[in-house]
Amino acid sequence: MDDILIARSTFGLTMGFHIIFASLGVGLPLMILAAEILYQRTKDKDYELMAKRWTKGQAILLGVAIPSGTIAGVQLSLLWPGFMEIVGKVISLPFQIEIFAFFLEALFMSIYVYAADRLSPFMRIISVFLVLLGATASAVLITNVHAFEGTPTGFRITNGEVTDVDPWAAFFNPSFLVTAGHVTVSAYMTGAFMIATIAAFKMLRAKHLGREYLFHQKALLLGLILGGTFSLLTALNGHESAQYLHRYQPEKLAAAEGLFETQPYAPLAIGGITDPETKEVKYAIEIPWLLSFLAANRFDEVVVGLNDFPEEEWPPLFIHTLFNGMVGIGSLLVLVGFVGFAWKKLLKKETFPRWAMWIFVCGGPLALLGIEFGWVFACTGRQPWVIYHVMKTAEAATHSEGLGLFFILFLLVYLALAVITLLVFYSYFKRHPLRPLDGKEETVK
Amino acid sequence: MTDTLIASILLWAFVIIYSVAASIDFGAGFWSMVYLNHEKTKATNIANRYLSPSWEVTNVFVVLIVVALVTFFPGATYTLGTVLLIPGSIVLLLLLIRSAFMVFSHLVQKYNKLLSVVSGITGILIPALLICVLPITEGGFIARFQGVEQLLLTKLLTSPHVLSYIGLAITSTLFLSSLLLTDYSFVSKEREAFAIYRKDALIVGPVTLLMAVLTLQTMHLEADWLYRRLFAHAPLLLASGVCFFVSYIVLLLPQQRGRVIHLPRISVFFAILQYLLASYAYGAAHLPYIVYPEVTIESGFTHPSTFRALFVSYIVGFAILIPGFIYFWRMFMKDESYLRQKP
Repeated sequence: MDDILIARSTFGLTMGFHIIFASLGVGLPLMILAAEILYQRTKDKDYELMAKRWTKGQAILLGVAIPSGTIAGVQLSLLWPGFMEIVGKVISLPFQIEIFAFFLEALFMSIYVYAADRLSPFMRIISVFLVLLGATASAVLITNVHAFEGTPTGFRITNGEVTDVDPWAAFFNPSFLVTAGHVTVSAYMTGAFMIATIAAFKMLRAKHLGREYLFHQKALLLGLILGGTFSLLTALNGHESAQYLHRYQPEKLAAAEGLFETQPYAPLAIGGITDPETKEVKYAIEIPWLLSFLAANRFDEVVVGLNDFPEEEWPPLFIHTLFNGMVGIGSLLVLVGFVGFAWKKLLKKETFPRWAMWIFVCGGPLALLGIEFGWVFACTGRQPWVIYHVMKTAEAATHSEGLGLFFILFLLVYLALAVITLLVFYSYFKRHPLRPLDGKEETVK
Repeated sequence: MTDTLIASILLWAFVIIYSVAASIDFGAGFWSMVYLNHEKTKATNIANRYLSPSWEVTNVFVVLIVVALVTFFPGATYTLGTVLLIPGSIVLLLLLIRSAFMVFSHLVQKYNKLLSVVSGITGILIPALLICVLPITEGGFIARFQGVEQLLLTKLLTSPHVLSYIGLAITSTLFLSSLLLTDYSFVSKEREAFAIYRKDALIVGPVTLLMAVLTLQTMHLEADWLYRRLFAHAPLLLASGVCFFVSYIVLLLPQQRGRVIHLPRISVFFAILQYLLASYAYGAAHLPYIVYPEVTIESGFTHPSTFRALFVSYIVGFAILIPGFIYFWRMFMKDESYLRQKP
């Protein structure tokens, strides 16, 4: 492997690991807030208990999310000093403001976790809300830098020097709002489906219609309704994201779709493998005219193909598969959320059939997989650029040697932490089993 | 005051706040390991009670410093990012392990002992590695090979100057943390823990002073430019030394409750003041160099319009956050029911 690839792999590893905890860390506070509010409205003790148990889960996740996020932040400078030099001059505002969001989240998370018993109901809701606000703002702000990499604005480069900097123009770059929206709603969706996953799994093992079963059924329904809603929003926003690609990064859309010829009435290819030799997508299902319509809401829209770009500036062609994976999972989750909601609320059935429960169990992991696909798609689809049409990834990378060893070390530590995190989850919730009857199982700490 | 100076002062302030907070944090982890088997004294409990809520906030400062450096001095980021790859990555790995285990030990008491050991060991290793940034910026440890800057690792690890810095970092960590835990256990009315931490602070205190003098001597040999400039600020260094003695003597006095401000808090105050003064002198002597002799605050500075936007966001951000910090402080540092809780 060459040095650039090792640097990319190391950073990709960190992000791929961090993103699991970060997405859940944004999504879970929304669920906790929903449970706290439902408790205050309905006075149903089950919701209070949900909020408590999910908060413990959130505390475990944060134990990994905060340090791995710290690593991601520091590694940016260690691995990509060339990139960070431009970032420092042009797009440093989001990093700067994110710190404040991060502080807000850390402060109120500590307060909510360690001082929960000393807070009034109102302050509890405010605290969780501020945790949610801080977590969401962190996600939005770091996505701001990602959006800038795709649609850089607010500066010029003359003779290798950065000039005419307008930091706010860089901040509000064209794709900021749509990209940040996509990250936020998909994180909410993931948190909600993860709750649904756990609830469905517990229901499969609990006594049918017993006390515990009914407790988890409430959690499941909350997860499905919020998860379904946010997956629908993710899909709608995803449609708009694709239109932004069409306008601002046409070669990324072309590679995502395996489109080589520039054409109006362009077809949409679903599935299959892009073959650079024959310049076609093999084994795909092609739907005529649809890509043009998706790109600009009209069938005669001319969609630019890869042939219009020099081959060394093509993104890797496997992103077609990642793109399909992301869209496929997203669509499936919209369906899962809607079916769950309709079954209970529209058809008024009392319980879900077992096969449906197993589908719900898959929801959370699928959502996480969708996020990983989407993220890898978004970043590798920008290659070979780190800042689109301004700086190549190779120019940004560190020239230090000996990265390979650290790649392996980080890989090992992340693997160990993943295992330990699962063990801690298992061990904590085994020692604090659910006893919804008295509603007072959290007496240990 | 110029923009570059404002930026340097802000960065210096973040570094010093982090150094003090992190020393206490790392040291508390170490003491919690040392007194693991003293079941009766509750010394471990006191250390852990302090650590639990504060580590997350301390951890955020790591990012704050890196972000401040990148945003204010992108030119310095290039050099520092390149040469600090290896020590920086090791620190990151240790921080990750430590932070994760801190939360886990709070939730799963079964592994408490193992986890205390992890946070104790990392609590010593991390400050020892972090301090190496100082001698690296003092020059002599960076070389260019084919136009690429590289850190001279062997030279770094065998340099007496670096070793005495490491000694200073470790002893300071232990001194500040034992002093703060003395105060903390005093407020919590834990007599045995109070006696233990007071004794520790009394033992470690003089060693820190010795290490500081030793570091000055090795600086004379290896980074003489800084040594000479440092003596332009001799009054500050002297004041710093005086603060140490005030702090130490106050700690030696018989300790009683019931005064307006109790004595351990005065000790902590002067000890922190001592480090503030010394590091101010150090920082002022170091200017205008960020990395001697290549990078100065002028050459590494960000674009002026970016700086202005950043400056505004700092003011707005802190105005919003300060009430949050005050609320946090009241919740964990002053709330009697939290401090006196039964473990």
